[in-house]
Amino acid sequence: MTTKSVPLATPVVPAKRPSSNLIATITSWRVLLSIAILCLLPWVLPSKALAVNVLIYGVLAMGYNLLFGYTGLLSFGHAAFFGAGAYITGIAIGQFGVPWYGAVLLGVVGGGVLAFVIGGLSIRTRGIYFSMVTLALAQLVYHVGLQASSWTGGENGLRGFTVAKIDLFGVSINFLDPVNKYYILMVFAALALWFVSRVLNSPFGAAIEAIRENETRARACGYDVERTKLLSFVLSGLICALAGTMSALHLAFVPLDVLHYQTSGMIVMMTLLGGASSFFGPFVGAFAFLLMEDVFSLWTSHWQIIVGSIFILFVLFLPKGIWGTFLAKVIR
Amino acid sequence: MSDKIDSLIRRKISRRAALVGLSAGASFIAMPWVARAADDTIRIGFPTPLTGPYAAEAKDQVKSAELAVKLVNDKGGVAGRKVELLVRDGKLNGGEAATRTLELIEKDKVHAVVGALSSAVQLAVNEVTRARGVIYVSISQSDTINEVKDFSKYTFHEALNPHMTTAAVARHAIKKGNKVAHLVADYAYGHEMLRGFKRALTTIGAESVGELLHPIGAPDYSTLMPRLRAMKPDVLCISNFGRDQANSIKQAADFGMKQQMKIVVPVLLHNQRLAVGPEVFEGVVGGANYYWELEQQLPSAKAFNDAFRAANGGAIPTDYGAYGFTGISSLLLAMQAAGGPDTDKVVAALEGLKYDVAKGAQHYRKCDHQSVQSVLVLESKKKADMKSANDFFKIVENEKPSEDVLRSCKELGFPA
Amino acid sequence: MDAELILIQLFSGVALGAILVITALGLSIIFGMLGVVNFAHGALFMVGAYGGLWVASLTGSFWWGLLVAPIMIGLFGMIIEWLLVRPLYGRSVDDPLLLTFGLSYVLVEAVRIVFGNDGIPFPTPSQLTGVANLGIGYFPIYRLFVIVVVAVVLLLLWLALEKTKFGLIVRAGARDPTIMRVLGVNISKVWLLVFGVGVGLAALGGVLAGPMRTVNPEMGSLVLIEAFVVTVIGGLGSLLGSVVAGLLVGIAISMTALFAPELGTIVMFALMALILLVRPRGLFGKTA
Repeated sequence: MTTKSVPLATPVVPAKRPSSNLIATITSWRVLLSIAILCLLPWVLPSKALAVNVLIYGVLAMGYNLLFGYTGLLSFGHAAFFGAGAYITGIAIGQFGVPWYGAVLLGVVGGGVLAFVIGGLSIRTRGIYFSMVTLALAQLVYHVGLQASSWTGGENGLRGFTVAKIDLFGVSINFLDPVNKYYILMVFAALALWFVSRVLNSPFGAAIEAIRENETRARACGYDVERTKLLSFVLSGLICALAGTMSALHLAFVPLDVLHYQTSGMIVMMTLLGGASSFFGPFVGAFAFLLMEDVFSLWTSHWQIIVGSIFILFVLFLPKGIWGTFLAKVIR
Repeated sequence: MSDKIDSLIRRKISRRAALVGLSAGASFIAMPWVARAADDTIRIGFPTPLTGPYAAEAKDQVKSAELAVKLVNDKGGVAGRKVELLVRDGKLNGGEAATRTLELIEKDKVHAVVGALSSAVQLAVNEVTRARGVIYVSISQSDTINEVKDFSKYTFHEALNPHMTTAAVARHAIKKGNKVAHLVADYAYGHEMLRGFKRALTTIGAESVGELLHPIGAPDYSTLMPRLRAMKPDVLCISNFGRDQANSIKQAADFGMKQQMKIVVPVLLHNQRLAVGPEVFEGVVGGANYYWELEQQLPSAKAFNDAFRAANGGAIPTDYGAYGFTGISSLLLAMQAAGGPDTDKVVAALEGLKYDVAKGAQHYRKCDHQSVQSVLVLESKKKADMKSANDFFKIVENEKPSEDVLRSCKELGFPA
Repeated sequence: MDAELILIQLFSGVALGAILVITALGLSIIFGMLGVVNFAHGALFMVGAYGGLWVASLTGSFWWGLLVAPIMIGLFGMIIEWLLVRPLYGRSVDDPLLLTFGLSYVLVEAVRIVFGNDGIPFPTPSQLTGVANLGIGYFPIYRLFVIVVVAVVLLLLWLALEKTKFGLIVRAGARDPTIMRVLGVNISKVWLLVFGVGVGLAALGGVLAGPMRTVNPEMGSLVLIEAFVVTVIGGLGSLLGSVVAGLLVGIAISMTALFAPELGTIVMFALMALILLVRPRGLFGKTA
């Protein structure tokens, strides 16, 4: 995982040419820029539900990318944190009557705690072994979701916690209305974007990238590699759990599938499609993946052959993903 | 065959087909998404798992549903308005199906939703339609959807439920004093079937000698066979669905279990019998909502089969496929009676509806909106006894529709 | 619970283990030698089952299917290596992973288009139908046959890798491809062949599984995971590791079935987590 370029976080090329200036400008304004684009999303996409999914999976892929793209750890188990966030939010609202904001907070914290446990166990292993330990532990979480059916609804999924309206500053907003729902959930996405941007700009951000580039050297430089990896794992888990809480609020339903390994696989694919180790990449990947699925699955029930072929072509010809390739073009 | 479906679906989305050629680039932003014009077409959303392990069943459902819509449109539509079916791929995933249902309601402004295959996915769709007051006719087996916790006054359950299915099957396949072992898929569907069977066994006076649960989607059952054999049962009830059914019956046959015991399943699936062949299924008894040879008993089945054959090049409708027809037909009949798609009027009409569109008399019970209907008990035929390529099963019994075979409204938690 | 039941259960575990070994071998070889994470392994397993079925229906004999289909699909695997995987050597490990993931989508959908979504019956060859009485219980003759085939394949692989010059090159190439190039060995050709053999083994697993399970487009999805688990428990690049791990997982599943069969899938993951936490490189993995 040493060949990835990281144009956004560490601009290698001196900012002399105009295109590089553009990149620098984009980088410094990346959070506001993302929010501006997100504001437009529901009006350009085929449906509001799809736009909400781009928010959810964008946040999910972004959280995942903190660990995968920036720290260089390939986890196959991030469905666990996404699912934990979703389940905890749903259970808190439906079975304990916690108000929605409290439930979101609980979901995020719960996902973080789970990430601490799974991360603590799995960072002892390396490479593909790490991937498989995360997969195995996430499967155990799936199993709990399936078996603890009095809490989770089991295979039938978690139901009965519809948030119909949200009271904000004395105003009651109809949360079933797709536009309201989108913009409320967008606030969560914006917070996540801001948070990740801050993390990447901090000394911690430099530390995780140092570990990705060369773990031995990072250790020699005095970084506490294990603690940094664990912290990155937990932060990544927190953001993925936030995506889970958003998904629970959005659908008012948690399918057991959120914990399935296919969800973990989808997160990896979205991130790679957009371009790992770039700030916008995961969001672009989630956007492209969901749009492809939505449009092609309407067109033919054999949509998977098209999506599969596109993946192959991407790996062969655009290995940096959509956004990574775009950046490379602009910088050159 | 699948090309035909593709073209059917494509026709429905012609308005959007032009967009497909566009890549996911900036050109999308320039493209105005035309809001659906306010015409007076009655639109029915149909989320179904066109991809995934139940795709074959789902495609049969689409064919049947398309047929039901076509028959109504040929007669001038509902209250003079054309009916349009919007098929969407739910991918056998609750989240996907819920999202597609949201799109159908919010963007396509459908008047009602019919569909979903698998007990989990229908509950996901139910959650979406319930919150938004949209009519939903569910066409997949579940006991949970009848219970008061998941009840929606807008939801009608057209499919059989595990309770009534197992009761009918047990009555005709298991005798007093039989020893019965259970192999059960470890999820809601399997548990509901097991509960149903056990209850029926008590009534019959048969004995349960043991039960083994297996993980959903398990490809191998070899490690379960020695224990099942050691229970020395007269009957082995296998309560699972889809590929699991095909795999477990096949492996039970490979292990020579059929020489010692009779195999009984809650739902005998046409497509799984097709997938593993007559030798493996020979003698297996199970329930069904529909079987094409009903046409020898019922004029409505004959009419349905004939129309289906004409529309699909001589093919016959299958069990889960027929749900697409009965589900859509009952809804359209109610809309006709209500004079249009007005939700409250259609709900009232569905509650009072008596219909016979394919399988004899049916009606929705008032308290839980469960369709009271006949249950077929079938036995898989020997290859030598098959009179045609589609002659899979013998009809052992056609249990008449009766509310007595359902759990009482009180038991489900509804006020008496 | 009597001793006889425990014995037959143990035997079922070994038999299941043999099936797991054959499904994992191809993945293990490609993984160990080329460092390629082949996510299309499950799909190729499934294509193998369809290929075997197709050849068997053309020739009217299961045996031709068993022999020809794996070779045919192994050749197809070589085309994949040459056309798709080769450009990715030297890039990060994610690239082949993503590519083979895409490939699995394409293969599964292609099979759906050609053969339909329904499963297809794959009858047990008439010579191998029926059950054998093992003294401790009954077992299908076909499954006993599968154990024999797996043993033969393992023996041949071991001979090829340990006793031939080609095997020496493969093992050396896995350790240090650059040196091999310097020594004038055409390592691309070796990799092409290794990939072909790995894919052929996946297909062989599929043909063998056909008469035991239903043949359908989705039959490979769990196989991929099972194969990964076995490979990783055994330790990457270790053939012996895969064999031991396969038998271990098989026995773990069958012993679980004695008291809680519903844990049959999860036990495999629990076992993997446990082993990797104690031995971070699997049972027989090389230390760095």
